[in-house]
Parts: sequence; structure tokens; C-alpha cells
Amino acid sequence: MLKINDLKVKLEDEDKQILKGVNLEVPAGKVHAIMGPNGSGKSTLSYVLSGRDGYEVTGGTATLDGEDLLALEAEERAAAGLFLAFQYPVEIPGVGNMTFLRTAVNAQRKARGEDEMSATEFLKVIRAKAKTLKIDADMLKRPVNVGFSGGEKKRNEILQMAMLEPKMCILDETDSGLDVDAMKLVSEGVNALRSEGRSFLVITHYQRLLDHIKPDVVHIMAAGRIVKTGGPELALEVEQNGYGDILAEMA
Amino acid sequence: MGLPDTDMTARGPLPASGAWAKAAREDALARMTSMGLPTRRDEYWKYTRPDTLTSVTPEPAAVFNAEEMPLYDTIDRLKLVFVDGVFDAAASDDLSLAGVEIDRLADAAQMDIHWAKDLYGTLETNGQTPVERPLAALNSAYASDGVLIRATGKAAKPVSLIYRHADANSDAILHHVIRVEEGADLTVLENGPAAARFNKVMEVDVADGGAFHHVRAQGRDHERRAVTHIFARLGRESTFKSFTMTVNGVLTRNECIIEFTGDDAVAHVAGAAMGDGDFLHDDTVFITHDAVNCESRQVFKKVLRNGATGVFQGKILVKAGAQKTDGYQKSQSLLLDDDAQFYAKPELEIYADDVACSHGSTTGAIDEEALFYLRSRGVPPVLATDLLVLAFLAEAIEEIENEEIAEDIVARLDAWLQRRRD
Repeated sequence: MLKINDLKVKLEDEDKQILKGVNLEVPAGKVHAIMGPNGSGKSTLSYVLSGRDGYEVTGGTATLDGEDLLALEAEERAAAGLFLAFQYPVEIPGVGNMTFLRTAVNAQRKARGEDEMSATEFLKVIRAKAKTLKIDADMLKRPVNVGFSGGEKKRNEILQMAMLEPKMCILDETDSGLDVDAMKLVSEGVNALRSEGRSFLVITHYQRLLDHIKPDVVHIMAAGRIVKTGGPELALEVEQNGYGDILAEMA
Repeated sequence: MGLPDTDMTARGPLPASGAWAKAAREDALARMTSMGLPTRRDEYWKYTRPDTLTSVTPEPAAVFNAEEMPLYDTIDRLKLVFVDGVFDAAASDDLSLAGVEIDRLADAAQMDIHWAKDLYGTLETNGQTPVERPLAALNSAYASDGVLIRATGKAAKPVSLIYRHADANSDAILHHVIRVEEGADLTVLENGPAAARFNKVMEVDVADGGAFHHVRAQGRDHERRAVTHIFARLGRESTFKSFTMTVNGVLTRNECIIEFTGDDAVAHVAGAAMGDGDFLHDDTVFITHDAVNCESRQVFKKVLRNGATGVFQGKILVKAGAQKTDGYQKSQSLLLDDDAQFYAKPELEIYADDVACSHGSTTGAIDEEALFYLRSRGVPPVLATDLLVLAFLAEAIEEIENEEIAEDIVARLDAWLQRRRD
């Protein structure tokens, strides 16, 4: 599914190397987690993969089912099946949540040469999906993320994911700012989307999210590289001992 | 005002009229002559060149024949059609509507007496101080057509004024007088390019407890020029709401002059303008609070690109004794490239001590964060930009109370954007 090979990235405006050769492969149907200390490059990796401006790729490759992601515009990556759940979902005053979602769904369909979803069909689908995420009609009507609580914003991200049905989902610190109940709700939403053809890359600081979204593989990232890869037990080790031992081991 | 830059006699004699209209027109001509026509040196004409509005003959404007979705088409309304500023009876509905009396100015002006006598040119005259508006006086002097509408109850449906443009050299002057009696309720819709050059005055007198709603769509023809004035006088507990959408047009100057004369009244004026290329849009607003506990709200939004220019000159004057005034003014522009320009001159002048007045003016570009968020969901940048443009304008469009009309306006704006997208 997702293959990242020796990816090197620097800031566009600054002479600062953030990713120094990332190697990572997420096979179809698998959930991989990336943990790592602040500033290790986790969020940068998610932004570079989704096509945000401000970064310069200085080496390496990133492909989705063999397609060169780095050659695509952000919207083309989305249409190719990549989805980033933002750490800080953006507020868009004046654009209704429903309009936003329908525009996105139909833009992707159009890009893939599929028929647009009719208004009635869309309404039916979104209502059912919103209900399982406890998103009420009011939240669908309101402008995108405006006045949403932290938990509501993250649930809204998962709703978008559910509507767009991507094959590769990147969750960037989706647990940040969530209380226990909200985390459970969001995790259930993510777990409901797990399937053979869909992969997840879950970026987090904490083991507790991984109690709910159980990863197949855990990677530890530090200073712009994946420094250790293991099973779910690696997350527990981090939770108990911090990153110190692992980093010391590497040194 | 500066010296007249044109020879007034070149405009020919005043239209033939009966007693009341003759007096009103002669007074207006005298007002205009003593003020002189505006020039670039005048304080309120610094950003908008008045010469093409004051010249004896207009610049020609090509009639733009485009297949367009019709505006207000789903709304049951009384249609009154003007072609190049002349009433077209054959294309119009009968001038009869429950709750409303309607006369054509061209007919009423021939009578010796008419209810409009106390208003025609009167509200315009009141609006000439402290800032002179000579083009409105010119209108009162020379307008030979228009409608006189008197609402005595709740109007059965909106009165829709449709301005067609057929002649590339037309120079139209229309003057409407509207009187909303106590507790009456009237909606007036306007749309169409009107003429190569259009000078329009609308005097609106809203009596105690009356309500007036106004939605206007200016646009279509790229080369047209327009100067319009609304003069409104608001009685106790009355409501006045006016929204204008402007797209296309090399020059549009919309002035709105409102005076609160009765307590507890509300006036909202809003505008959404989109300009691409050779486009100048000027909103000049003057709101006078001379009563207690009145609310005024101005929301003006402009989206500009390819050298389009926006101007906003808005003033709130709170006179001594106009306590509990709630005045709000917002003017914002979204510049889609480096060639677009926006000039804003917000003014507050307050002589009462217990008031809440605020104003804010901003100029900005598309929010890059929001743009990326939309793109990351698969929305192409051009479509995403259009969505953000409509979002920017939304606050002004929300001032339209009738949801059906508001949706119609949004659809029209969307169609305009789409034509530039495909």
C-alpha cells in the first residue's frame, strides 16, 4: 500500500533538514503506529505525504500502490485514496459542513471518473455515518469546525474519512485534546473503517490511543528517522520507560 | 463642490410636468447648479472618477447577451420592466397589487397633485447635508420615469423592478419614491444592467412600525456605468433592510443615505461585490442617528481580482441625544491577486455618550490553511477558492431575510464564478 523509501525533507524557507531518510512500508489492511518524541518529524511526515506547501523533498520516494505520491497535487493524492486526519482541523467560516463534504466527495468521484453522488443519496449516507459518530444535524449544518469542541473536531475528521472512504488513512495525533469518552468514540469510528483493503498510519505520543486502535506494527521515530520497529509491545515499553532507553540503545 | 464641468443647457429642458413635479424639478435643478457637479477634487470622489458619470453624453456600453439563469424566477412577484430607463407596459404586469398603490412617475408627474409631492426630492434634499450629492439632484431634476409606490398594508408580493439594456448608447435616469405607511410591509427587488449609463434615485420613507426590504442585483453588462442613491427616512420601530449584489460593470457607485427620525428602529445595509478586470465598485454610506435606541448595521464585502478596484466610504453620525445607539460597520475585501485594490474610509462621528459603535475594515487574501484543508479532501484549488469566496461573502448575504431570495443570489454568484472556472 504505502511505501516510503529513504525520504529526505527540508523546510522550504529554511536550511533545516527534518526527515533524514525515512523508510516505512504499510501493507494493505494493516495498522501501523508511529511514536516518537516532540520534534522527531512525525507531523512533517504526514504533511509531506498529503502535499502541504512549505517543504522540499531532497531525496527518496513515497508511493501509494505504486503511484508516485510526491508527483501529485494535494487534491490528486486525496483522489488516489490518501487521507490525513489533521491534528488541528481547520475552521472554515461560511462553508457549511455538509456542503464541504459533498463538494469533497463529488470532487474525488469526478477525479476518478465516477458519477457524482446525488443530493438524496448523499444525505442518506451521511446521516447514517454521522449517527454512529454521534454527530447531530446541527453539527452537519454549521460551518466547518467553527465553534466545534476539540472532540467534535476530531469526530468530524473521522466522519470525513468515513465519507471519503480512502485506502490509506494517516491519523496525526488524533488523540490530542480528547477526553476518555471522546477517544473511545473516535477509536470506534476508526475501527469500524478497518478492512482488508484499507491501511492506517497512526501518529501518536501515547500508548492509550493504541489500546483502542490496536496496531499491527509500532515504529519509533527520532531525529527524522525510524529508529526502531516492533510489535504492539513496543508502545507499552515507551509508555513505561519513555524514549530514553530506546534512543540510548541506538546511540 | 467644484465648478460645473459641463454645460447644463446641453442636457436640454426639464421634462414637461404638472404643477407639483415642475416645482420639484426646478428646485432640484437649482440645487444641482449651486452645488456644481462632482470632480476628482471632492473629498468623497477621491477614489472614484466621476467624469464618465457627469459628462453630457455617456460612454457607450455593449449589450451583453449571455444565456443566464434568470434571477428571482421562482419568486411570485409583480414585474415592472424598464428598457433603457423607459417603462415598458407591454412587458410589465398590471400596476395593481393588494396592499399597494403604484403609479408611474411619467403619469403622476403630469397631475397637479399627487401623494409623492411631499417626498419627491425632499428626502434627496435632506441627504445633501453635510455631504453634497449633486448627481442625485441632477436625477431629481431630469428623471422622467420611475415608480411611485405606496404600501398601505402588507404587500401581497414583492414589487420587482427589472432593468433591461437594449441600446449601447442609452443614458437612463430613473427616480422611484416609496412610502411605507404605518405598520405596512413592502419588499422591492431590482435587477438588470439598465442602460449604458444609469442614474437612479430611490427615496424611501418608512412610517412608524413599517418594514421595507430591498434586494438588488446589479451586473451582467461589463461596460455599463451606474450611480445610484437610496435616501431613507425611518420612523419609530420601523425596519429597513437593503442588500445589493454587484458583479461586472466598469463603474458602479452606490450611495445609501439613511436617517433615523423615530426611536427603536433598525436599518441594515449590506453588499456583496465581485469584480474581475475592468471593474470599480464604490459603496458610499451615510447613516445619521437622530433618535434613541436605533440599530444600524453595515456589512460590505468585495472580492477583487485582475485589477478590479473596490471603494468603501462609510460613515455613522450619532447626533446629540441619540442615546442607546447601536452602530456597526464592517467592510472587507478579499484580493485574489496583487493587481486588485481596495480603498476603505470608515468614519464615526459621535455626539452622544451612551452608544455602542464599532467599525472594522480588512483587506486580505485567501486563507492558505483553509485552502490546503479543502485540497487535502480532494477539492481542486480553483473550486476550493470559489467555495472560500462564497464563504467570505456569506455574512453579507445573510442579511437577506427571505431565504428563497438569498439562495437565488448565492446561485447567481456561484454561476458567475463557474463561468470563470470552466
